[in-house]
Amino acid sequence: MIPFTYVKAKDTHDALQRVRDHNAVFVAGGTTLIDLMKLDVMTPSSLVDINRLPLDTIEHLPDGSVRIGAMVRNSDLAHDQTVATRFPVLSQALLSGGSPQLRNVATTGGNLMQRTRCYYFRDTAYACNKRQPGSGCAAIDGYNRIHAVLGGSDHCIATHPSDMAVALVALDAVVHIQGRDGERTVPAGEFHLLPGQTPHLETVVQPGELITYVTVPKSPFAAHSAYVKLRDRASYEFALASAAAALELEGHRIRAVRVVLGGVASKPWRSPEAEHVLNGATADEQTLQAAAAAAMKGATPHRHNAFKIELAKRAIVRALKNAIQSTEEKQS
Amino acid sequence: MSHEERNRRNFPPMNANTGAATMPDVDAQGASHIQASDMVMQSVSLRVNGTVRQLEVDTRATLLDSLREQLSLFGTKKGCDHGQCGACTIHVNGRRVNACLTLAVMHDGDEITTIEGLASHDALHPVQEAFVEHDAFQCGYCTPGQIMSAAALLKEPCGPEDDDIRECMSGNICRCGAYPNIVAAVKSLRNRA
Repeated sequence: MIPFTYVKAKDTHDALQRVRDHNAVFVAGGTTLIDLMKLDVMTPSSLVDINRLPLDTIEHLPDGSVRIGAMVRNSDLAHDQTVATRFPVLSQALLSGGSPQLRNVATTGGNLMQRTRCYYFRDTAYACNKRQPGSGCAAIDGYNRIHAVLGGSDHCIATHPSDMAVALVALDAVVHIQGRDGERTVPAGEFHLLPGQTPHLETVVQPGELITYVTVPKSPFAAHSAYVKLRDRASYEFALASAAAALELEGHRIRAVRVVLGGVASKPWRSPEAEHVLNGATADEQTLQAAAAAAMKGATPHRHNAFKIELAKRAIVRALKNAIQSTEEKQS
Repeated sequence: MSHEERNRRNFPPMNANTGAATMPDVDAQGASHIQASDMVMQSVSLRVNGTVRQLEVDTRATLLDSLREQLSLFGTKKGCDHGQCGACTIHVNGRRVNACLTLAVMHDGDEITTIEGLASHDALHPVQEAFVEHDAFQCGYCTPGQIMSAAALLKEPCGPEDDDIRECMSGNICRCGAYPNIVAAVKSLRNRA
């Protein structure tokens, strides 16, 4: 780890002023940053600690939306009773991520900013366009079992590792970003960038900007939602394929639906193709299977990860079934 | 120090706290250019197992390394050093965390509890007693982390089934595979509560 200066920010304004230095970064929970600093993958010259910022509350607003501070810890958000009841997909996704120890420190903002688990990104001995632009991609012709089958490019096939972000996209969440010139908002689905020719650019956050809140709006499908994560072991592991599903049913007919995938794409991957099959259709086995097939129609497998296509389809079907079941339980 | 007096506990540590002068770091390009003078030291006050400890730490020092190498609290173990095994689990302000993935300098004023601070005087903590009673370890390396995790679990939301215990303890890896007895130990405490 290279030496760095460290300062604790008093408030948001202070944090934004202090991160002006070249190569300065914010540290919140630090579970990604400190890990990658030990590997010399991230080499900031200055850390601005934002753990004392007053952004650690979950506010349930009168309009039915919830405003989540960027510093709210993953465990606190997952176990918030109202979140667990009204936005089950978010609670389930959070509880499937990391371990209790990690969730106790990992934050809402930091989870959105977490970096890929691609082995070649995490090892400075290998070429990686994300870590060192222009150096190449060791994964494309390397061992790519955990890599993306959707959204990748000739420059990068890394997956985005977050579970929480997949749920937030399914819930039409909005990310609030504060800069020195004011606040802007970005839909969760547009927060992460596709790699294209610039895989080192991962989110819309610009240098010197800070995530302050995430808001999740009230919606007719939020309460009937589920997250299914499939991985190499039962817990404490990143997804090989995951799916968030949220839907509104009228009898057996689907009125509104969201299908978002994790672990298989360069970013949390909403599937308009699957949603198109489901919208207005009867929620039966055949329809769910057709939706899953539609979601993965454009997938491009690599040498070691073709299995992810079938795995993702099964995650989608199971997430939809779980969401439907939760609807039926609430109606009965 | 004579040769005989050296053991794994008093051997000069080579880590971020003291090793910078002899172990230059490398940057992302592989260049080795860090001078000892670049090291940034900062003071931090930690309340460790009830006692306030004032430390001068390298900003790079993890809480784990500071506890072990500066405060000689060797009960907290370094397993993977990357948040993947749970051997370094401690409590910070009452919540279990991985001491390897947080910097000492980030914890000014925080209340830290390590395995050494869990028991009260000469009486074992109930979790320690349960681990002994149920033989919930083999080699013992992961045990301090397992016990700190289990002690925190008892105060957290965790479902009623054995599978819920397994899930809530999943952040602690045991390479000996003492899991069945660890689950039994935790279960015995939940039944008592």
